[in-house]
Amino acid sequence: MKIWVFAESENSNPTTATLEMVTKARELGGTIEAVYVGTDADAVATGLGEYGVSKVHAVDPQGGLVGVVGAAAIAGMVDAEAPDLILFAQTYDGRDAIARLSARLDRTVLTNGMSLAVDGDSVTVGTAVFGGTLLVDAKFTGEKPYLAAIRPKSFAAEPGGATTASVAQVGTVDAGRGGEAKVLERHVEEREGPKLEEAAVVVSGGRGIGEEANYGPLVDSLANLLSGASGASRAIVDAGWVPYSKQVGQTGKTVKPKVYIALGISGATQHMVGMKGSDNIIAINKDGEAPIFSVADLGIVGDVTKVVPQLIEAIKAKG
Amino acid sequence: MNVVVCVKQIPDPAVPGELTSDHRLKRDGAKAILDESDSYGVEMALQLVDKAGSGEVILVSMAPNGEVSGLRQALAMGAARAVLVSDDALAGADALTTSKILAKAVERAGGADLVLAATESSDGYTGTVPAQVAELLGWPSLTFAKQVDIADGKVTIQRQTEAGYDVVEASLPAVVSVTAGVVEPRYPSFKGIMAAKSKPVDQVTASDLGVATGATGQEITAVTQAPERQAGEKIEDDGTGFERVVAFLEDLKVI
Ligand SMILES: Cc1cc2nc3c(=O)[nH]c(=O)nc-3n(C[C@H](O)[C@H](O)[C@H](O)COP(=O)(O)OP(=O)(O)OC[C@H]3O[C@@H](n4cnc5c(N)ncnc54)[C@H](O)[C@@H]3O)c2cc1C
Ligand SMILES: Nc1ncnc2c1ncn2[C@@H]1O[C@H](COP(=O)(O)O)[C@@H](O)[C@H]1O
Repeated sequence: MKIWVFAESENSNPTTATLEMVTKARELGGTIEAVYVGTDADAVATGLGEYGVSKVHAVDPQGGLVGVVGAAAIAGMVDAEAPDLILFAQTYDGRDAIARLSARLDRTVLTNGMSLAVDGDSVTVGTAVFGGTLLVDAKFTGEKPYLAAIRPKSFAAEPGGATTASVAQVGTVDAGRGGEAKVLERHVEEREGPKLEEAAVVVSGGRGIGEEANYGPLVDSLANLLSGASGASRAIVDAGWVPYSKQVGQTGKTVKPKVYIALGISGATQHMVGMKGSDNIIAINKDGEAPIFSVADLGIVGDVTKVVPQLIEAIKAKG
Repeated sequence: MNVVVCVKQIPDPAVPGELTSDHRLKRDGAKAILDESDSYGVEMALQLVDKAGSGEVILVSMAPNGEVSGLRQALAMGAARAVLVSDDALAGADALTTSKILAKAVERAGGADLVLAATESSDGYTGTVPAQVAELLGWPSLTFAKQVDIADGKVTIQRQTEAGYDVVEASLPAVVSVTAGVVEPRYPSFKGIMAAKSKPVDQVTASDLGVATGATGQEITAVTQAPERQAGEKIEDDGTGFERVVAFLEDLKVI
């Protein structure tokens, strides 16, 4: 099986989500190649090679959207290269790419994948529905290449199968009017500490923290003290208290830290699907009936505005 | 300026979801409502048309059984008319088939300068339809917008990224997907609700639009119950609850 991974990068390194898919592809066996849209393909290819990618098809973004240009580039290559399966991360650019490619090639998509299985020629993608209570497996029945999008944190990323990935530059791509969308500016929000998806400890706040002004002293402080990252429920993202990048859940990020601490979060299924896979869960909520307690290893029925400051003091006192 | 908004009519999410025996989302029984995610697109469209000073907001929707209740909600907010595609042959349609239908419906609606959709639907959340529709129409797609501005035949958005946001621009016509919370959707007025009852809904079938239905290229092979996580201990805080948390974190060597 020839598997292609639509690679994304951060600071010229492949993203963790990309490496997770590459690791999984290695386990499935066959040839692994990547398609990368960016001007730093050589650097990114080094990282990809360490995980077993043998070849990187490098595409110049031409100032456009990575996913849109990437889809047009892949569409131009599939006949000659004949990949069997193309994997995309369920990210902003990954979603653009799989969507536009699907329409170009007239192929169905399976998205939100959390598991992936190959049996001979058949490829099955597993997803979770109804807030993760039901698991649904679906397989491709049409023509190849199969197109699947995988939610980050579905697989572990482990180096292996080290090769030196060769870089093949793809010529100028005609993305049609899609290519008219140009990126004029980039704004990077400051972040302290580890990334939400990679932190060993995640402390998330929900509506129960009471007000926007409490997020810093309760959620950020505790996260910083534990060298973790701070997250949020959608309720307080929609309320504008914290940026969307902090949202955990179905329409936000999936996290699997060693410890997840939920402060004033009720535990809606759409939130829980993004954090249920954590090794340990601590919940503090004043409603003893809150659904979050059904997944918590330690539940404190109490007021976060009282318990959290005490907790912070106690941890500080331990030095 | 005319703005077409893709609006999905979904079973009320307050009613727990179920799968039918052939593994599809059960869509009968529960009353359909306008997907809340799409209420942002409708509001955004109304504001953009208002700002442009002329034009109308037109809805397109694909839904079974001639469903109009969600459309009426959006019409009550102020949209002018709707194209509804309803066809038994579309049961179980995949995202690409849905997109083919919506792209044709946009053409049927006529004269669109801009198409708005949500980044993902609340029930299916495939999350690909807006960009698929754009590719089928041969238009640019500007996805994950948290701000949208129109000027001089161009659309400029702030596009959500992992690190912050990008400013992305394209000429019209284009497709834009908007994230939740971009604008505050208005509540329909009583007058709006009354007016919505007589606004035109152009109901068509897949074959009216010339879209083939049938095999989608995917098949559900298994549905299983996810393993449930066991609840651990739960204690009432009596002023010392924090000590249990400290002990728990110490056990894990986090502190
Ligand atoms: C399509 C769709 C996608 C969604 N995606 C997501 C997603 O990705 N992520 C997400 O989080 N949500 C998502 N949601 C929203 C989700 O359904 C819930 O509305 C949301 O998670 C609720 O957030 P919350 O727990 O902060 O607020 P609430 O449900 O309002 O809960 C607040 C909790 O705080 C407790 N509380 C109040 N005061 C205190 C106090 N002083 N001390 C301690 N506890 C207190 C209350 O008892 C309550 O349990 C989605 C919804 C839909 C329809
Ligand atoms: N059946 C439909 N009718 C109208 N709009 C739809 C339909 N399906 C999807 N959309 C639009 O496309 C967005 C993304 O849907 P999805 O890709 O299914 O998550 C939705 O939020 C809607 O704006």
